[in-house]
Amino acid sequence: MIRVVLPAHLRTLAKVAGEVELDVAGQVTQCSVLDALETRYPVLRGTIRDRDTGRRRAFVRFFACERDLSHEQPGAPLPDAVAMGAEPFLIVGAMAGG
Amino acid sequence: MSGVRVLVGTRKGAFVLTADGKREQWDVSGPHFGGWEIYHVKGSPADPDRLYASQSSGWFGQLIQRSDDGGATWEPVGNQFSYQGVPGTHQWYDGTPHPWEFARVWHLEPSPDDPDLVYAGVEDAGLFRSADGGKQWQELPGLRCHSSGPSWQPGAGGMCLHTIILDPGKPGRMFAAISAAGAFRSDDSGETWQPVNRGLRSEGIPDDDAEVGHCVHRLAMHHSRPSVLYMQKHWDVMRSDDSGDSWHEVSGNLPSDFGFPIDVHAHEPDTVYVVPIKSDSEHFPPEGKLRVYRSRTGGDEWEALTTGLPQANCYVNVLRDAMAVDSLDSCGVYFGTTGGQVYASADAGDSWAPIVRDLPAVLSVEVQTLS
Repeated sequence: MIRVVLPAHLRTLAKVAGEVELDVAGQVTQCSVLDALETRYPVLRGTIRDRDTGRRRAFVRFFACERDLSHEQPGAPLPDAVAMGAEPFLIVGAMAGG
Repeated sequence: MSGVRVLVGTRKGAFVLTADGKREQWDVSGPHFGGWEIYHVKGSPADPDRLYASQSSGWFGQLIQRSDDGGATWEPVGNQFSYQGVPGTHQWYDGTPHPWEFARVWHLEPSPDDPDLVYAGVEDAGLFRSADGGKQWQELPGLRCHSSGPSWQPGAGGMCLHTIILDPGKPGRMFAAISAAGAFRSDDSGETWQPVNRGLRSEGIPDDDAEVGHCVHRLAMHHSRPSVLYMQKHWDVMRSDDSGDSWHEVSGNLPSDFGFPIDVHAHEPDTVYVVPIKSDSEHFPPEGKLRVYRSRTGGDEWEALTTGLPQANCYVNVLRDAMAVDSLDSCGVYFGTTGGQVYASADAGDSWAPIVRDLPAVLSVEVQTLS
């Protein structure tokens, strides 16, 4: 079970409180986690990554295990601790704007 | 009992303001979608309970929200706005080619007849259409792909398609306006377009007769006389008597002909409202006095409407989509400011009072007249 923490605005959109738990088939990567997240919550499509290009939106960051994984390849494996559910995958709204 | 519902989009959420036909006591609900920019909220003329809202943020992009109960509850619908084909380029601020990139929906225009049919004007300038209540959006690429498209440049606020007018007098005719490309007309439901900017004069464009490149801020039309269009341009208030084929200036005695919104009285097609702003570098009212100007002659002769509006130390702006009129017997006029006030007049502008004073900066104001 993969644990995902959403920023507050996306929790509101998805109508969830606290962490989201996802079953991810196959290798656990940014891409497979986000695919599973968007399948469960279609309203999140386009809010984390661009709908056409699949690129991470500029003011969204991905953290896990005290590391910034935002610039990792979307298909790269996430840390084992995330894959095993010991640590959450954090989707973070960058500190910017007003 | 008649009433009105005022739909307000702000920098940090949407608000729904309701009153009975006297328009004296107001109920304020919101913020809906708190923290998000709400560029526009508009109701379907065919079903007043059907509302559409453009919700966006720099972090999380674009959503479209739909209400089927007059704004009490909302559900997100489709948010995929994909340009058709290879989008190509327009001019960037420095004159270099820049790829067309979707940024946000500025304006939503529901059909007068079908609650599920709605148009969206977007940045970078493009026109989209949904026939299923906002679930799916298809571009009408004829506008963006006009032969002049590669020469369009953004205005300071981005290259936005901000005005969509569906002509009630001629099926298939519609108008769109883009900053800073100009006004365009289609006679085939948006399939093909032609620029309609003859007569516009814009300093900063070396060619006086330029077909495109004009920073049109807003267009307005009265439904009973659709061949007459009014325009607030970056500078100049303009009028066309031939559906945009030609324009002439009607700024007349305005203290400044710079501004953003323009609107027409619900029952008097020659009564027009603007809000003069000092200049393009000083986006506030001249002399710190917030004045709506009304012409009862279709332009040229303007009177200041000041009763109930601040006449000292007022330095707010009124944005292009932030003025609307209701269609009650005594026409109501409404506008919102970047200072968060929404002012209403129940007597066609003779007197004003704030409905609400301290909202986030107001981006848009629409009104529904309810029976």
